[in-house]
This record gives sequence, structure tokens and C-alpha cells, in this order.
Amino acid sequence: MSLDLAIFVISALVAVFGATMMIFQRNPVASVLYLILSLVGQAVLYVQLGAAFVGAVLIIVYSGAILVLFLFVIMMLNLRSSADLGEPSPPVSRFVKYFVSCLIFLELSFIIRESLGAGSTTSAGIVTMADDSFGSVESVATLLFTRYLYPFELTSVLLLSAIVGAVIIARRATEDELPPQPEKAVGPISQKTNEGQE
Amino acid sequence: MIDYTSASIDFALLGPEIALLASAFLILVTGYVKSLGKLSPGVAFVGLVIALVLSLNQWGNQSSGFFGMVTCDDFGSAFKVIFTLIAILTLLMAHRYLSHKSLNRPEFYALLNISTMGMMVMANSTDLVVMFLGLEIMSLPLYVMAGMARRSPESNEAGIKYFVMGAFASAFLLMGIAFVYGASGTTDLRRLVTDYHYIVGNFKLYLYSGVAMILVGFGFKVGAVPFHSWIPDVYEGAPTPVTAFFSVGPKAAGFAVLLRLFVFGFAYIGLLSDVFWVLAALTMTVGNIMALRQNNIKRMLAYSSIAHAGYILIAFAVGGDSAVSAAMFYLVAYALFNTGAFAVLVLLETRTGCKSDFSELSGFSRLHPYLSSVLALFMFALCGFPPTVGFFGKFYLFSAAIQSGFIWLVVIGVMNSFVSVYYYLRVIKVSFFDQPQQTFVPVTYSPAIIVVLLITLAGTLGLGLFPQQLLDISQSAIFAFL
Repeated sequence: MSLDLAIFVISALVAVFGATMMIFQRNPVASVLYLILSLVGQAVLYVQLGAAFVGAVLIIVYSGAILVLFLFVIMMLNLRSSADLGEPSPPVSRFVKYFVSCLIFLELSFIIRESLGAGSTTSAGIVTMADDSFGSVESVATLLFTRYLYPFELTSVLLLSAIVGAVIIARRATEDELPPQPEKAVGPISQKTNEGQE
Repeated sequence: MIDYTSASIDFALLGPEIALLASAFLILVTGYVKSLGKLSPGVAFVGLVIALVLSLNQWGNQSSGFFGMVTCDDFGSAFKVIFTLIAILTLLMAHRYLSHKSLNRPEFYALLNISTMGMMVMANSTDLVVMFLGLEIMSLPLYVMAGMARRSPESNEAGIKYFVMGAFASAFLLMGIAFVYGASGTTDLRRLVTDYHYIVGNFKLYLYSGVAMILVGFGFKVGAVPFHSWIPDVYEGAPTPVTAFFSVGPKAAGFAVLLRLFVFGFAYIGLLSDVFWVLAALTMTVGNIMALRQNNIKRMLAYSSIAHAGYILIAFAVGGDSAVSAAMFYLVAYALFNTGAFAVLVLLETRTGCKSDFSELSGFSRLHPYLSSVLALFMFALCGFPPTVGFFGKFYLFSAAIQSGFIWLVVIGVMNSFVSVYYYLRVIKVSFFDQPQQTFVPVTYSPAIIVVLLITLAGTLGLGLFPQQLLDISQSAIFAFL
């Protein structure tokens, strides 16, 4: 029990620390790295709650794929320091940001207070523990390969067509595309003048 | 009846889809092998023909599988046959056009087959998630096909516009599905129908907003009027055979899903009839009035496709068996004569520098009396003159509406048909009676496009003379509705 508690406290602290540091960094690359740290902490929390699959997905998909994509974009845009981020936001939009974050904070604390007050067993299941198989790789896989087999396979077809499409759009021009065809001149598409009539 | 709860994972239900997918894979694998690359259109054609035969075999064979996610009924099979026929016609007219514009790549044919497969998934789905996936599988290849001509700025514009608007529509659709799921706890259409009164009693607001958002999403896809703004630019900029494909294919698929969803699934929502009334009236009117002042035939046909979507939407306002079968009849008829008109445009555009402006048609009839008469016939069919199939399409739709008491909607529809005569007949006037400003460059035929013209011509005239057969088929198709 004490080991559980220790793991919880440490990983929760890591998650909160990462999230806090992410906000206060002026360098976007460092920000993304702190976000990854925060996500690793959260993944540990998920594993502790028995949702091993969600924890693994959090690491593989979020830290592994999406945040690496963020890094690529930041590097492509060559944002090195706070100077590249442009002017600080005007007070009005800053006020909106604070207002929205306060709202979310209030909402979260309300949910947590409600779920704790309700005796932690009957409410929406925020603090309650589901049965052992919930969120495990087996239960997800069983659903994925029986009940949802058809959508699952369709998704792979969708991804394939997206890949093929991206390759066609982005590929290098081949030699038969290079010689200029006697095509029409480049111009904006707009309503043509009314010459065809009469 | 159909066993609705069937959990059987029976891949025989997916025969046509698998045939299309297999041919697409074969093209992707062999396309860049030097000696095999030329075979890609042939492989795609064989795949489509096999899919057509398998879809025809599914007629009358009713079953459900994959935990109720797929339902094979005559409604779905009929639409599958329509999709494969449209894809075959597109394939036949595309090959020479693409070679002429040096766009002839193997992937085009693979994408065509994958897109057709997405339409089939849509037509056979009774689950909102599968519906959405089918829609995306259909749309993604279309975005790419619209932007295939990378050297042409218009084609690029078409691809990007189509993609952005399509993604926008998908977001609405997905949000709507999420709302419906939140209200009902299921994405299965049949559960939505059986539990309808419970859902509406408890979560009316969420169900209604979800249904509204789903309607907006599909409104984009079929080009209903407040959501039509992308259509003209996309239709004009995309390569012409591709335009022919997505002026009928995705529209038919969108209407297949809309029929399942709104005539059967959410039929209890009484407000929907009024919503569709307004949508139909707006779509017809705006489409026809905007088409009046176009100087490019592709743009004119784009607005005319909006107008025809409006006529079909009448069936949704009316509801009931006769209206649904009339809508299916109209879709088949529209697919025939619209594809035929685009086939003539494809022929014209295989001459260098032709953009399908109206003025380029002057002098057309002197050099090509037969081809221009064929074009004239398709225009008559688009107007809805007898004895073409276009007349009976409108006749069945309007008479179904009158029988249910939608007199004003029919009045608006008939007025719109009169307006449309002006711009359709303008094609005939320019090609037959206008003095040519410059000498008309002759058109060269290819065997494939002659086949397309013959099929569409035979369909337009033959079904116009014997419409009862097609009507019988569409009436028997709706009996197994969901």
C-alpha cells in the first residue's frame, strides 16, 4: 500500500511539474519536452488505475508520435526563442485565456468534490475502480476483433488511401510532367466575361 | 426477414468491396513494374466488373453480419450496382483524357476503385460509425483525384477546396454522430429506431442537435443549398472525367445514406419534413438561377447538379415508399444522362486548349452532326423532356409529391424546370445555330468513349421509352429497407 502511495505521489508530482514547467518555458522545444515528461507521469497514473492499455497508448501515441510531430513542426518553423514567437498577446486575449482556465479549474474541482462527496462508489465512476479486465489489452482487443472488426478493418483501408493520396500529391515531378503543355495561362478562376452569348 | 443481431463474420457479405480492394492493391503493387504498368486500367476494369457481378448476385439475398454493422438488402445492392456502373463509365472515359493531359498514373485507377468501395460501404451500413468510415474512404481518394493535375492551378484549387470543405463537413458529421451516441448510447441505427421513444423522452435536445449536425454534414456531400458553395469551383477545376465521377457517384452514395437515415432511421422526427421542404425548395431555386449566368459548360453542369439534388430532396420532404422509389429512379436517370453529357465534354477537351466554354461549341454541329445531336439529347434529358428518362424521373417524383399533398413544392419544382430549359437549350443553340468565330478543331474518338456514349444514350432513350421496368426494380428495392 505504501509503495502504491509512493508511486502515485511521485508520478503525480512529475506530471504536475511537467505541466507547470511546460507553461513557463519561453523556448517551444523545451516546452514540448516538458509536456512529454508530464505525459509519462500521467501514463504511470493510468497503469496504476488498472488501465494499462491507455497508459501504453499515451506513451506510444502521444509522446511517441504526436509530440514528435510537434517537434518537427517547431523545427521546420525554426522557432528558437521567445523572440520568434512574436509580440506578447494583448491584454484582452490574455484575460480570455485566464478566464477559460479558471472555468476549467472550477469545473474540475467541482467534479472531483461531487464524486468524493457521493461516497466514491455510486457516482459516474471517476474515483471508483472498475473490474480487473476493464481497460486491459485483452478486453480492448476482444472488442476490436469481434464487435468492431469491420470498422477496424475499414480504418486500415482509409489510412492506406490517405497514404497513397499523400504520395501522389507530394511526389517529385516526373519527366512527362516537366515539358510545358500548351495549356491555358495561369489566372484566377473567376466569372468569365459574357462573351459566349450572342 | 433479416436476422438483425447476426454476429456472423461472413466475408461473403463483402464480396464486391473485397473485389474492388483486391484490384486496387494489385494496381498499387504492379503499377510501377515497367511491363505491367500499362495494365492498370484493365485490372481496375476487371475488378469493377467482378464487383458488379457480385453485387448483382447479392440481389434478393438478405442477410446481416459483423454484429449488425453490415446489412445486405436489395436497397444496398441496387446502389452498389449503380456505383459500379458509374465507376466503369468513368474508367472508360478517363483513360484517353488522362494520357492526353499526361496524368495517366496507375494510382488513379487504384483510387477510383477504393473510392467506389467506400460508397459501397456507405450503402450497406446500418451503423453510424461504419457510415462515417465509408464516407471518408469515398472522399479521401476524391480529394486527391480532384487535384491530380498538379500543373494546373485550377485543379490544385479544386483539390484544396474540396479537401477543406470535405473536412469541415466530416467534422460536423462526426460531432453529430457523437451527440446521437451521447443521447442514445448506441450507433446502431436499428437500436436508435427501436429505442426511439425512450431517447426522445429523455435526451430530446441532444438527439435533435446530433441529427441536425448529421444533416449538415451530408448536406455538404450532396450539395444541398446552404452548403453548396464549393461545388462550382471544384467541378470546374478537376479533370473532367473526375468531375463526371463525383457529380454522380458521391451524390448517389450520400443520398443512399440520407435515405436510410432520414426516411427510415429518424423518420419519427416530425420536424424533418419541413426542414427538407425548405432545403429542397432552396436547392432547386438557387441551383437553377445561378446556372443561368454561367459561360463555362462544366460550371453550368455544376450548378445544374445542385438543382437536381434539389429535385431529389423533394422525396425526403414527402417520405413514403413511392417517393423513395422515385428518388432512386431519378438518381439512376441522372447518373445516365449527366455522365453522357460529361463524356461529350471529355471528348471535346481532348483537343488542346479547350476549356468547355460555351463559345467553343459554335460550329460544333457542322463538323460533328451526330455527336452534337447526342449532346442535344442529353440536354433534353437534363431538362426533363419526353421521351427521355429525365421526363419520367421528374414525373414520378412530382406525382409522388402531389399524392401526398405537397402541391407548393411541386409548383416550385415545375417552375424551376422551366427556368432550367433556358440554360440547357443554350448549349443546343450555340452548337447548332451560332456562327463559329474560329474553325472548329475536329474531335477524335476512341473506342472506349464510344462505348460510354452508347451505354448512356441507350439508357437515356431506352429507359425513357420503357420506364416501368426501372421503376419496378426501384420499388422492389425499398421493401427491404434497413
